[in-house]
Amino acid sequence: MIEAELSRSVVRWCRGATGVTGAAKLSGGASQETWRFDIVHPDGPIGAILRRSPKGYGAAPTRAAGLAAEAKLMQLAFEAGVPSPRVLHVLVPEDDLGTGFIMQRIEGETIARKILRDDEFATARPLLARQIGGILAGLHKLPQNRLPELRYMTAAKEIGEFERDYRSLNWPKPVFELALRWLRDHDPGPAAETTLVHGDFRNGNLIIGVDGVRAVLDWELAHLGDPMEDLGWVCVNSWRFGEIDKPVGGFGTREELFAGYEAAGRKVDPERVKFWEVMGTLRWGIMCGGMMQRFRESPDHSMERAMIGRRASETEIDLLRLLAPRGS
Amino acid sequence: MQDEPTPIELTKAVADFLRNDITPLISGHQAFKLRVAINILDLVTRQLTREEGSDAAEVERLRALLGIDGSVTDLNRALADRIAKGEIDLATPGLAEHLWATTMDKLAVDQPSYASYKRELGRGG
Repeated sequence: MIEAELSRSVVRWCRGATGVTGAAKLSGGASQETWRFDIVHPDGPIGAILRRSPKGYGAAPTRAAGLAAEAKLMQLAFEAGVPSPRVLHVLVPEDDLGTGFIMQRIEGETIARKILRDDEFATARPLLARQIGGILAGLHKLPQNRLPELRYMTAAKEIGEFERDYRSLNWPKPVFELALRWLRDHDPGPAAETTLVHGDFRNGNLIIGVDGVRAVLDWELAHLGDPMEDLGWVCVNSWRFGEIDKPVGGFGTREELFAGYEAAGRKVDPERVKFWEVMGTLRWGIMCGGMMQRFRESPDHSMERAMIGRRASETEIDLLRLLAPRGS
Repeated sequence: MQDEPTPIELTKAVADFLRNDITPLISGHQAFKLRVAINILDLVTRQLTREEGSDAAEVERLRALLGIDGSVTDLNRALADRIAKGEIDLATPGLAEHLWATTMDKLAVDQPSYASYKRELGRGG
């Protein structure tokens, strides 16, 4: 049982802790797992989350920054006042838990549809687009000399990777070809300024409370690159969950997002943001194709993955709405 | 020509059974997976219902656009290649209309409740 290892771990680094209870796996693929548990402490239980690669699964997928980098980024974000869980402990070999880290558990909602529909978030919703602008600005200002080692990405490199992934699927899609051409023709070149890019900042990867954004999660695609990438990705229609007239995660307008970003002292380049939105739409479409391939090749025949494969056409209509819009 | 009931009638019968008789009996993660399973059967039923007509129209548009003949798969591959090579683009008469028609047909099967699709349907399909 994982509780035995966790208990032995927490008593070593959490002063006063006597053990853990309530360990439950929240999500897990073959190589990465997320667990929730409570640290038993005389002052009251401490909610915690474990992110780990179990023993024998040390190698991260090529695009992932790795759990050690993730822990470092979350801690830097926390220190800089970007909503983020505090990292409590980075796993060491004597923990016998694999590689990864333990962080503070933050209460709130991550399920996008609930955040967009439930009454309890009604007062927070109109504030979120602008708030997200401020948070992204804070994230892009994190001190580069303290960042862990990360990949440096340009639009041209990303287009190349998309094309390779797409061709490897052997899945001819004229709309995707059109988008690839458009992206190559409109590539604005390397950004004048390189910053940390979160890489997966969107509705669904944020913990939201009645007061707004409480934490930014899922840093595994963090890299160095064009900060406008994050502003474009958060606007991709797939993350609006039906609220298609509110581009920023279904919460609000681009103008609110940009105003929040600029109020925090950073400049927006709307043309680049649009470019990255097209890029992001194609990116999700190709990822849907990846799900189809994994459904075919892996032995568990996951129905969910199969159905995500069929969501590629959602990105085709969104690409057409961006690149070949019909009269209004 | 195979026998009857037709595939459409069969998938529909299974989906209705799962929806009406099994859904009330199941909870938690299995209930979520059951919903996914029913969604799959509904999708297959929509595809079986529409595919013949939409494929025929797609092939006809592709033949006009490309000036060659072939299966819907072959013609899509040919169109993808020509777009990749820059021989056909949005300035080519008929391309945008073809991609829109084809994509609308896909959404009608894959995800008819997708908000972008419903918006575009409102423009006249």
